[in-house]
Amino acid sequence: MSVTVILEHLYIVLMCVLFSTLVGLPLGIMAYYWPPVRKAILRVVEILQIIPALAMLGMVMVIFGAGKLTVVIGLVLYSLLPIVHNTCIGLEGISPGIKEAARGVGLSKVDRLLTIELPLAFPMVFTGLRIATVTAVGVAVFATTVGGGGLGSIINRGIRIQNMQMILSGTLALVVMAILFDTVMAFVEKKLYQGADIRRTK
Amino acid sequence: MSFWTMYGSKIFIAVWVHLFYVLVSVSIGFVVALVLGISLSQVPKYAKYILPVISVFQTIPGIVFIGMLFLIMGMQSATVITALAIYAVFPILKNTYVGLLDVDYQYIEAARGCGMSRMQSLFEVELPLAMPTIIGGLRMSTVYTVSWAVLASMIGLGGLGEFIYIGIATNNNALIVAGAIPAAIMAIILSLLIDKLKKRLEPGSRRRAVL
Repeated sequence: MSVTVILEHLYIVLMCVLFSTLVGLPLGIMAYYWPPVRKAILRVVEILQIIPALAMLGMVMVIFGAGKLTVVIGLVLYSLLPIVHNTCIGLEGISPGIKEAARGVGLSKVDRLLTIELPLAFPMVFTGLRIATVTAVGVAVFATTVGGGGLGSIINRGIRIQNMQMILSGTLALVVMAILFDTVMAFVEKKLYQGADIRRTK
Repeated sequence: MSFWTMYGSKIFIAVWVHLFYVLVSVSIGFVVALVLGISLSQVPKYAKYILPVISVFQTIPGIVFIGMLFLIMGMQSATVITALAIYAVFPILKNTYVGLLDVDYQYIEAARGCGMSRMQSLFEVELPLAMPTIIGGLRMSTVYTVSWAVLASMIGLGGLGEFIYIGIATNNNALIVAGAIPAAIMAIILSLLIDKLKKRLEPGSRRRAVL
């Protein structure tokens, strides 16, 4: 198994997480600020996650053709839920006293969001990011079916040529990657929550 | 010949094959996970070793189980069902285990105070309280299993994945959509049904707490 395949997998996962954040964060903020559409947004991202991954990738492929673009778009749609959900919940969870104080010192809505609310909600958003990342590592094995490469190609080839060792090596790399992401991000998350606690007690 | 006259009945059969795989494997997985989860919850002091192991297994994609069992058991429906059942075990197992360990000690204490035996407390107090969490695991397993059952066709065993695979291989968009949309609808309907079930099983006290 070559390093290229692992890097390719990593690349797909990182692109997916990057773009899910870019799309998910604004959606989460929108859901928080705009109660009429909150239910709709949360419902849609939930349904997107329920759709079987290969069905999603297949449908995206119908529009964008085979390749990495399709993989990233499909996976982004797939991993929006934890990010959108946690952004919205995180913003909602901020104590009303802090929000009131921010309004009281005359901060505009945008300033409040950028300097007070988002930083306070960040640990929660990061939890969503971790869940999205670990899920993306697993789901990215479907990438190979729509021409995106990655570790799925090793496992698929192993099944085709009936080579157990190949399947296992691909799986091992995948599991190690998922655990590494999970452990490192969980560590950061813990630090973030501790920081948040300190700020609150001050 | 229109698409429907050509593929209509085939799609219909594929839906049933797919649903069959999902229902059978999730049912088996649910029973196994429940038994395992209840047994493991009886030795809570090992939780810090057991939970990470379950979590690691949960990161293994379903295709790996299908692939490995394919090499061992060959091309038969039992291969797919066994593989998906193994896959379905982990989310339910984790939630059963966590759900049971999370039951507030005061309820167990109260059950003991009422003179319930260990078994009575487990089945009449702890399990009902953990049920919403367990059903949450069931929902996750079911949705994922619908997704991984698509791969049954990779080892030539039908289901809706067949349309998706052939569609991708022959660049036939209509076939991809014909497989993808029923699979998506199946996943959505099953998860809605399980949500309904979850609401019904929620103990009264908890439901009030949520509202």
